[in-house]
Amino acid sequence: MEIWISQLFNGLSVSSILLLIALGLAVTFGLMRVINMAHGEFIMIGAYGAYMTQQIFKSALPKSLFDAYFPVALLASFVLAFAIGYLLEVTLIRFLYGRPLDSLLATWGVGLMLQQLARTIFGAPNVAVSSPTWLDGGWALMPGVVLPYKRLFIIALVAFCLFAMYLYIYRSNAGRRMRAVMQNRDMAACLGISTRRVDAFTFAIGSGIAGIAGCALTLIGPIGPSIGTYYIVDAFMVVVLGGVGKLVGTVAGALGIGVFNTLFEWWTDASLGKVLVFLCIVAFLQWKPMGMFAVRSRSLDG
Amino acid sequence: MQWMSRLPRRAWLLIGYAAAAAALFSAPLYLNDFRLNLLAKCLAFAIVALGLDLLWGYTGILSLGHGVFFGLGAYAMAMHLKLAAGGSRIPDFMGWMGLTKLPWFWEPFKSFAFAAAMGLILPSALALLLGFFTFRNRIRGVYFTILTQALVIITVTLFVGQQAYTGGTNGLTGYTKLFGYSLTSGTAKTMAYLATAAALLAAFAVCRHLVNSRFGKVLRAIRDGENRTRFLGYDPAYYQMAVFAVSAGLAGLAGMLFVLHVGIISPTMMAIVPSIELVLLVAIGGRGTLIGAVIGAILLTQAKSQLSASYPDFWLFLLGALFIVVTVFMPGGIVGLIRQARQAILRRRSENEITLDSIVSKSNGVV
Repeated sequence: MEIWISQLFNGLSVSSILLLIALGLAVTFGLMRVINMAHGEFIMIGAYGAYMTQQIFKSALPKSLFDAYFPVALLASFVLAFAIGYLLEVTLIRFLYGRPLDSLLATWGVGLMLQQLARTIFGAPNVAVSSPTWLDGGWALMPGVVLPYKRLFIIALVAFCLFAMYLYIYRSNAGRRMRAVMQNRDMAACLGISTRRVDAFTFAIGSGIAGIAGCALTLIGPIGPSIGTYYIVDAFMVVVLGGVGKLVGTVAGALGIGVFNTLFEWWTDASLGKVLVFLCIVAFLQWKPMGMFAVRSRSLDG
Repeated sequence: MQWMSRLPRRAWLLIGYAAAAAALFSAPLYLNDFRLNLLAKCLAFAIVALGLDLLWGYTGILSLGHGVFFGLGAYAMAMHLKLAAGGSRIPDFMGWMGLTKLPWFWEPFKSFAFAAAMGLILPSALALLLGFFTFRNRIRGVYFTILTQALVIITVTLFVGQQAYTGGTNGLTGYTKLFGYSLTSGTAKTMAYLATAAALLAAFAVCRHLVNSRFGKVLRAIRDGENRTRFLGYDPAYYQMAVFAVSAGLAGLAGMLFVLHVGIISPTMMAIVPSIELVLLVAIGGRGTLIGAVIGAILLTQAKSQLSASYPDFWLFLLGALFIVVTVFMPGGIVGLIRQARQAILRRRSENEITLDSIVSKSNGVV
C-alpha cells in the first residue's frame, strides 16, 4: 500500500513537470502549427535564470534574505524566457508559418545554438542550485510515506500555472482572441484581430511557462546546457496523446504519460518501461488518432 | 553555352553520371587511406540520404527516426563481425555481464548471409510495422515526425539498458576479420570502399527508377495533396508504408557499410542528434532531387569531419545556423540554388528574343 502511494505520487510529480512543459507546446502548436523544438532550451534558459538570480542573491544581498530568492527567480525565469521567446517569434518563427516540418528543423537549429551558447557562457558541466531551506524536508503522510515538500511545491506551482492559463485562455479578452485565431485564422483576421500580435504574444507566453518549468527543475537536481532535451520528446508525446486545442487534453496526456511511465518503470525496468509507454501511446492512437481531446472542425486538412 | 544544347539533356545526364561513377571507382588510385575511409563514410551517409529523400523530398513525410534504422543495420553487421572476431567464444561484454551462453537470437548471426539479410529486413520490417499503425489511421505530418522521434528515444534506452545483449553504451567494437580476411589491411579497406560505392550506385539507380515510375508519381501526388490523391482512388497509406520501408531498408544498408568503415557502432550513433543530422544532409543538398541528397551527404560529412574535430564549439553553432539558413532561405538546398541561377540566366537570355514561352512565363510571374 505504502509503495503504491509513493509510486503514484512519483507519477503525479513527473506528470506535473511534463504538464508544465507541454502547456506551452500545446498552445503554440495548436495556435500556430509551429513545432518548437527549441522549447527544451527555454526550459534551460529558465533554469539558468534561476541560477543567475541565486548568484546575485548570494553575492549582493545579506544572507537572511537568501530564502526569498526563489519567488524572485520564478519571476525572473518567466520574464527572461518570455523576452527571448518574443524575440525568436519576431525574428524567425513568423517566416515559417504554414510549414510545420520546416519550423521543426529551424527551431532545432535554434535549440542547438542556444545550448552551445549556454555551454560557452556557463560551461559544459552541470551547476547546482541550492533550493531554499523552507522547501527542505517532507510531509509524513503515513509511516513509510514521506512526500517531499519540493515535489509538493512543484505540483502546487503547476496547478497555479494551469489555473492562470485557464483564466487567460477562457476568461480574458486576449484569450478569446487567441481561441478565435486558433479556430479560424482568416475569419479572426477579418474581424479585426491582429493575428500577428496574437501569435507573437502566445509564443512568448509558451516560452515563459517553459522558463517557469526550468526554474522548478532546479529544485529537483543539477542543471546543465542540455537539460531541455531530456524532457522535450516526452512533452511532445503529451501533446500528441492529449490532442491539440484544449487545456484538458494536455492535462490528461501529461497525467497518463507521467503515471504510466512511473508505474511501468517500477514493474519492469527503466528501459522496458519507456518502450511499454510508447507502445501504449501508439495503441491508443489506433483508437483516437487525433488524441484524447481534439477540437473537431470541418476542415479536411485541419 | 551554344555547344551544350546540341546534345539532348538526357545524354548530358548520362555523361555526368558516368563521369561521377568513374571518379568514385577510381578513388582508391588517388586518395590515401585516411581520405578513402572518409569518402567511404560519406558514401554510406549518401545512401541514407537517398532513402530519406524518397520519404521526405518525394512523399513529404519527415522521419527523425532514421538513426534507428541505420543503427539496426549497423548492429546486424556488427553482431556478425563480433562473432567472427571471437571465434568459438562468446563476445567479451556478455562474459562481463554474466552470460555464459550465446543468446538464441545471436546464434544465426554467425552466418554472414543471415546478418546481411537482417540488416535490410529488420529496419524495413520495423518501418512497415510503425507505418502500418500510423499511416492507416492518417496520423501524419508532425504527429508522425514526433512518433519517429519517440521511437529513437526508446530504441536508444532499450539498447543502453539491455547491456548483456547489446553491449550497452559502449556498443559493439573490436572486430578483426570478415570472411577470414583481416579488416585492417589496405586491400580490405579498398574492397569495403568499392562495395560502398557500388551500393550507392545501385541505390541511386533503384531510387531513380522508383521516382520516375508510376509509383514515384503517386508519391509526389501524396506530398502535394494527400486527400486529393485519396479521392482519385489511391490509398496513400500503402504507398507511404512502402516508401517508408524502402527508405528504412536503405538506411539499414548504409548502417551495415558504415560499420565496416568505422569499426564501431554504439547507441549514441543512432540517438536523436545523429538522426536529425541525417535530415540536414538532405535539406542542404536539396530535397526532392536524388543527386541533391548525395551532394549534401558528401559535403556535410566532409565538413563535419574537418570542423568538428578542430573546432567542436564552432561546429555546433554552424550546425544550428545551417538548420535555420537552409529552411528559411534555401528550401531547395544547393540544387535549388543552382536551378534558380540557371533559370535566371535563361530568363535574361529570353528577354532579348520574345517567344511564346517567355510571354507565358512572364504572365505567370505576375500572377
